[in-house]
Amino acid sequence: MMNIRFSRKQLCIPYALFLICFVVLPLAVIVYYAFTDGSGRFTLENLLSFFSNGNTIGTLCYSLVIAAVVTAVCLLVAYPVAYVLARSGLKRGPVILMLFILPMWINFTLRVTALKEILTVLEGNLSLHPFLNTVIAMTYDYLPFMILPLYTTLLQLDESLLEAASDLGAGPAAVFFRVTLPLSMPGIVSGITMTFLPAMTNYVILDMIYNSTYIMGSLIGSYFNIYDWNNGSMISLILFAVICIVTLITGRGDRNNAENRGAIL
Amino acid sequence: MKKIISYSWLAIVALFMYVPVLILAFYSFTDSTTIGTVREFSLRNYVTLFTTEELRDMIVGTLLLAIGAALIASVLGTVGAIGAFYSRQGVRAAVETANQVPVVNADVVTAFSICILLIVVFGIEKNTFIPLVIGHVVLCAPFVYLAVMPRLRQMDSGLYEAALDLGATPFQALYKIVIPQIIPGIISGFMLSVTLSLDDYFISTYTKPATFDTISTYVVNATRGAQTEIKTALWALSTVIFLVVILVVVLMNVASSGPAKRQEVNAYDSREKD
Repeated sequence: MMNIRFSRKQLCIPYALFLICFVVLPLAVIVYYAFTDGSGRFTLENLLSFFSNGNTIGTLCYSLVIAAVVTAVCLLVAYPVAYVLARSGLKRGPVILMLFILPMWINFTLRVTALKEILTVLEGNLSLHPFLNTVIAMTYDYLPFMILPLYTTLLQLDESLLEAASDLGAGPAAVFFRVTLPLSMPGIVSGITMTFLPAMTNYVILDMIYNSTYIMGSLIGSYFNIYDWNNGSMISLILFAVICIVTLITGRGDRNNAENRGAIL
Repeated sequence: MKKIISYSWLAIVALFMYVPVLILAFYSFTDSTTIGTVREFSLRNYVTLFTTEELRDMIVGTLLLAIGAALIASVLGTVGAIGAFYSRQGVRAAVETANQVPVVNADVVTAFSICILLIVVFGIEKNTFIPLVIGHVVLCAPFVYLAVMPRLRQMDSGLYEAALDLGATPFQALYKIVIPQIIPGIISGFMLSVTLSLDDYFISTYTKPATFDTISTYVVNATRGAQTEIKTALWALSTVIFLVVILVVVLMNVASSGPAKRQEVNAYDSREKD
């Protein structure tokens, strides 16, 4: 009888198959659908119509603007929080950090519902300020994802570098902008990837606060609702391309993401 | 002065994050149907939450789905990470790249592509729950893989060899030597999977049977055409989840304080460095 030797490498096989079937293959299928028409013939129609249609291009630009504003607001709000938590020698820093991370575990639809109720009391009619409300709701949702990576980077900052800078005559502002800020770039980058991409696609938040404007994710949703797989696939593919570009630009951000999401637990 | 400013910023941000949830929690204990109109103390919402069959099914279904998907994802991700760890560089790089795709990809895109493959191309019925479960496993397994991999790198590789030399079969060595060393990674991968699955909206909407709802899809539908009774019962649900989360966090803090905590921190530091 042949003795099949158990090898640790073989353990890779089930997961590799799983990834091929449910990660690689779905991508291949949307590529196929994106470049074919309803009857399965090759066409560039979907691609061309995306770029020639004012609405879809407008949606892409609007999503980029929303995502950029949300990311910037999150960063401006979160950086001081992370800085104080990590650098001001709070005795119970980690515990207070927990306070800022904890809302993340409440289902986001329930959190947005809560925010919506408050905004309704404050504003009356939510549809009057669609842009403002979107930014508030998304900031509310993504803030923990920005605070956490900033906190972990700032915590590891080498104190002696800051001391050296001020010994060498830098004022507090110079120390911050020329030492602290550049050294916290990894955290900033990973925080940005964790808020920018979801902000471009999470159209449910818009739906829930009665915002009738469209972002990229909404396009997929609307094609899905009318069973237009071809155009839906094209939008998905374009979004995936944008995501790949952002991920490549920000480099190792993606790995930090996962570790940060993991490190919370 | 500087301290006052920085602490008040913390307070403002914390208020922004908690006030909506807390106000909702407050009103969930009254019989008022809109925020701002205080009426009387009432547990009506909680009674509705726990006695309405539709709501109960939805909550139980969400939890079962999360735990089921997390279990499958934990097994797949762990076994995959062990296999990839011992594989050639090329194989590992390929697995790692494919593994990154669902992590960085937008959930809508992942959901849409899985929906097209399984439902449109393969024609699997949504009613079988197969697309839903597969979708959630795709969402979770890569994070298990990423949680386990650093533990494998920190592992003392000599122990496995020693076990083999002392007569253990490779399977025994794996089960008794490797798994115990990476168990913290597996547990955090599992927990992360549960939270990812519970928080998911997109994968569920695109792959779920029409008659089944998770908390996310249910809440979103409820905000569209809300019956008031359901709407206020969801306030109670939000409060219950909030309390459970606080409880879990406190318990985990208690459990991991002391010497174990220090080890955790060291492990995290060394993970960051490589």
